[in-house]
Amino acid sequence: MAKKLNMRKRYELLTRGLGWEPTYQSKDKVFAQEAYEGIKITDWSKWEDPFRLTADAYWKYQAEKDKKLYAVMDSFAQNNAHLNLADASYVNALKLFIQGVSPLEYAAHRNFARLARQLSGEGAQIACQMQSIDELRHAQTQIHTISHYNKHFNGMHDPFHMFDRVWYLSVPKSYFDDASSAGPFEFITSVSFSFEYLLTNLLFVPFMSGAAYNGDMATVTFGFSAQSDESRHMTLGLEIIKFLLEQHEDNLPIVQGWIDKHFWRAYRLLGLVAMMQDYFLPESPMSWKEGWQIYFVENAGALFNDLGRYGLKMPKYHEIATAEADHISHQVFGIFYNYIHAAAFNLGLPSEAKMNWLSEKYPDTFDKYYRPRMEMWAEMAKEGKRFFNMGLPQLCQVCQIPMGFTEIAKGDPMQIAYRVSEYQGEKFHTCSDGCKTIFDYEPAKYVNAWLPVHQIFQGNCGGAAVPDVLNWYHFHPEDGGDYVGSADEARWKAMKGEAAAPEAAQPTQADAA
Amino acid sequence: MTVKCIQGEYPSVHMDSVDRFHGNQLVYVGWDHHTSICTANAYPLPPDMPFGALTEAVLPSVLAPHPDFAHIDWSKVEWLLDGQTFTPDMAKSLKDNGVGHKSLIRFKTPGLNGYQGTGN
Repeated sequence: MAKKLNMRKRYELLTRGLGWEPTYQSKDKVFAQEAYEGIKITDWSKWEDPFRLTADAYWKYQAEKDKKLYAVMDSFAQNNAHLNLADASYVNALKLFIQGVSPLEYAAHRNFARLARQLSGEGAQIACQMQSIDELRHAQTQIHTISHYNKHFNGMHDPFHMFDRVWYLSVPKSYFDDASSAGPFEFITSVSFSFEYLLTNLLFVPFMSGAAYNGDMATVTFGFSAQSDESRHMTLGLEIIKFLLEQHEDNLPIVQGWIDKHFWRAYRLLGLVAMMQDYFLPESPMSWKEGWQIYFVENAGALFNDLGRYGLKMPKYHEIATAEADHISHQVFGIFYNYIHAAAFNLGLPSEAKMNWLSEKYPDTFDKYYRPRMEMWAEMAKEGKRFFNMGLPQLCQVCQIPMGFTEIAKGDPMQIAYRVSEYQGEKFHTCSDGCKTIFDYEPAKYVNAWLPVHQIFQGNCGGAAVPDVLNWYHFHPEDGGDYVGSADEARWKAMKGEAAAPEAAQPTQADAA
Repeated sequence: MTVKCIQGEYPSVHMDSVDRFHGNQLVYVGWDHHTSICTANAYPLPPDMPFGALTEAVLPSVLAPHPDFAHIDWSKVEWLLDGQTFTPDMAKSLKDNGVGHKSLIRFKTPGLNGYQGTGN
C-alpha cells in the first residue's frame, strides 16, 4: 500500500508541476501583462501559498458552507424573519451594501480570473483562481440573502444597473475600475493588500455586527460564510507584498507607491461605510472612530512595524485619515442629507438618543460642530422647510465623492478643502492632498473619469431634470427621501400591525419584474 | 509620471472639455464656513452671463434656504477666484471677469459664519 503523504507534500504534488514552458509562443507573449509595470520576479517557486488548500478540499468546504447558508436563508424566508428586525430603517444599510458592495464582489471575481491567467507562477495562479470563485460566490450569496428583503422593501431591485450609473455608486465603481485598469500587480496590491488586508475589517465588521445587533440573522450567516474566505484573501494580500519585496529591491518603491495610493482610495470609499455605521443602524455596536482605532491605528500600526524590515512605511496620509476619524461619518451623512431625494435609500436626522450616543463617541466634535447642524436642520424641517440641496455638487476628480471634506489637519474643520491641478490647459479639482497626489502622479488616467454630475450637464443621463435622471438610474420615485414618511416605513408599520397597509406601499408589477 | 501601458500611449480623453457643455462652461461656487450646504455647487453657465446674475438668480436657487442667505450684504462679500482674491464687476460677463471653464469661485460673508456661528 502506498504511503500516505503528509499535507505539505500532497499539496505540492497537487498544485505544482501544473505549468509548462511554452514552445509555440514566447513566455513574454503568453504572460504579456507581467513585466510592464516594472515589477521584477526572479523566482516564482519562492511563492509560499498562504493556505495550503487544494481544489478538492476547496470544493468540499465551500459546498458545506453553502448548504448551511441556504438552509438558514430558507428558514429566514419561511418564518418571515425580517419582522424580527430592530427597525426597518436598518434595511438602509443592506440597500447600501447590495448597491455598493456586491457589484464589487463581482468585479473582484472577474479580476482575479484575469490574474489567474496573467501571473505566470502556478501557486499564485491557484490562489487567484480560488479567490475568483470565492468572489463570485459572495456576490451570489449576497444577492440571494438580500433578495428576501427586496420582496418587502425598496431600493434593492436593480443594483448592478445602478452601480454603473448612480452618482454615489460611482465612488466604489471608480475605485475598483482604477485598480482593474492597472496591471496585475497593482491590482492585487490594491485589492488584496490595501483593501482586503488593511481595511476589510472596517467594511465587514460594521455591516455584520450591525446585522447581529439589529436582528438580521440572514446577513450574519452570510458574513460567517464569507469570513473564512476573507481571512484567506487577507493572507494572500500579505503574501503578495512579502513575495514582491523579497524578489527584488527595485520592487519596493513601486509597491510603496501602490500601497499609498490604494490605501487613500479605499479609505475615501469607506466614508460611505462610516456614515452607515454611525447613522443607519438603530442599534450601534461600535462607532466609526472606535473601529478606525482598533482596525487601523492598532492593527495596521503593528503590521507596518513588522513590514518595516522590508523598508515598507505606513501609507502616505494615514495620519490625515486618523485625524478625520472624528469628522468623516458626520460629513458624509451631511452630503446625503443634502441629496437624499436623489438616492435609493432613506435616512433621517438622528433621534435625541442617537445624538447623545454620537456626543459620547465623538466628545471633541459632535456637540461643537455637528449637533448644531442637526438642530438647524430640525428647525427648518419643523417650519416645513426641510433643507434639500437643489443644485448638483462639485465632485472630486479622483474619489468622485462630492467635495464635502474639510481642512481638519489645518485646524479649520468647518471649511471645505479645495485642491486643484492644471493639466493640458484644464483645471481638475480634488478633495484632499491624498486625491490630488494621486491625480498629479497619473493625470492622463484621471482625466478619463466619468463624473456623474458633469455627465448630467452634458446630457448623457436621461435628461436634465432630477426625475429624468433618477428614472435613468432605474430608481422608483419612492426609493429615496427621508425615512419618516417613506413607503418603507409605512409598509413596516403595516407589517407590525401598527397601521393599515397603504396602497402606495404595495409592490407593483414593475417591482416584481 | 506617464501611465504605464502594455503597448503604446495611455488613451486619454478629456471627458469634461468645454466643448461638451452645449455652449456653457462649468463654474463651481462655494460659500466658505457654511458646511450645512455640503459642497460647492457645480453650474453650467453661459460665459457671457453677467456676473450679477450669479448673485441675483443662480445662487439663490440653491443657497436661499440657508438662514444666513437673506442677510448677506453683497457689497461686503469677499471673493476668491481660483484661489486669488478678486473684485467682480457685476455688470460684466463671467468671461470678462476672468471666470473660465471649471473655475472655482468662493465667497466669504464676514459676520455671517453659519448657524449660530458654528460654520454650518
